[in-house]
Amino acid sequence: TPAERTNLAGVRHILLVLSGKGGVGKSTISTELALALRNTGKRVGILDVDLCGPSIPRMLRVQDSAVHQCDSGWVPVFVGQDKAIALMSIGFLLERPDDAVVWRGPKKNALIKQFVTDVAWGDLDFLIVDTPPGTSDEHISTVEALRPYQLLGAILVTTPQ
Amino acid sequence: EAAELRARLRAVRHTVLVLSGKGGVGKSTFSALLAHGLAADETKQVALLDIDICGPSIPKMMGLEGEQVHQSGSGWSPVYVEENLGVMSVGFLLSSPDDAVIWRGPKKNGLIKQFLRDVDWGEVDYLIVDTPPGTSDEHLSIVQYLSATHIDGAVIVTTPQEVSLQDVRKEINFCRKVKLPIIGVVENMSGFVCPKCKNESQIFPPTTGGAEKMCQNLNVSLLGKVPLDPQIGKSCDRGQSFLAEAPESPATLSYRNIIQRIQEYCEQHHFQEEKIM
Repeated sequence: TPAERTNLAGVRHILLVLSGKGGVGKSTISTELALALRNTGKRVGILDVDLCGPSIPRMLRVQDSAVHQCDSGWVPVFVGQDKAIALMSIGFLLERPDDAVVWRGPKKNALIKQFVTDVAWGDLDFLIVDTPPGTSDEHISTVEALRPYQLLGAILVTTPQ
Repeated sequence: EAAELRARLRAVRHTVLVLSGKGGVGKSTFSALLAHGLAADETKQVALLDIDICGPSIPKMMGLEGEQVHQSGSGWSPVYVEENLGVMSVGFLLSSPDDAVIWRGPKKNGLIKQFLRDVDWGEVDYLIVDTPPGTSDEHLSIVQYLSATHIDGAVIVTTPQEVSLQDVRKEINFCRKVKLPIIGVVENMSGFVCPKCKNESQIFPPTTGGAEKMCQNLNVSLLGKVPLDPQIGKSCDRGQSFLAEAPESPATLSYRNIIQRIQEYCEQHHFQEEKIM
């Protein structure tokens, strides 16, 4: 209900990083943007909704981390030099790093909804959402789940060709 | 329904899936060149099926943008680049190339099934299937639907860096999970030789040993390494075959060797099957 404090209530701006194309540098940009914003003193979080190919944990050297639960949901993994960037990725939920997440749309949608509503982000200036290539389940579900919140907009990444 | 698919695919001799876990490593580029390479033998009939529903690259790479699919009594007609090279892609079904196909899994699966059931490929020596990155609906569906025929195997494409390899290892595990034989791995963007000074650079350094180490560790075949060549991207953008445009490029040599190895794998496979029968 609107009166309840939701996990995204303390997030000031939400940024989506999109492309249509794979391999153009979405995850790289998401990571660098988060680090740069952190450097200016902002409170930053990254939500990695690439369920089949989660790249952010390795980029921030936390690929071996695990997530814990608290009363309001999952506690994100805190990364970066001062451990001040909050990160959630399916990478943290895999038993083994090479495990393939071979899920059809509905299962992916369910997890994305959970990632949006059940991560205890706390107070953030920016939440950066890194996405997989395409315009499919992950994208539709992410936008739908984020609609009630402060969605600042999307950054589109491409290469020249 | 399975019977319908079996009937339609009965005349397909060899099927090769081109996969990666990672986007942007050169799956579509490789699929297109594999198709061109195999179709260079005019006695072979080659079919290229693009099941990347959200980001279909094959029409542009094959110089077929703007083409439409025609229906006949016997089904959908593939778009022919050469007499012996037919192509099918969702790209041909869009009214405008910038139209986004914003579909959830089930709808994508439906189109993939139609591509296999309703396209009149005719007699085909090689069916090459280009896939989107990932291990999701499209991949599960194509493996499921193609069980109506027989898949020779998967070619998995990567680039040398660990960020790619970590996704590709997942893809290898996917193949094992669904019992899809792995023909081997292709490492694209593997080094760059400057055409002016001839110095070699590693644009995407293999910080964890590249595809070579990964293949050793996972006991899969490394089919070859292809260096970066700016002409590849240009040829793709212009819809031309890079192999034909730049026959002297080291990348062309690598591609041709890899294509030959794939051909040998398929022919040997078929021979063994015939022996059994």
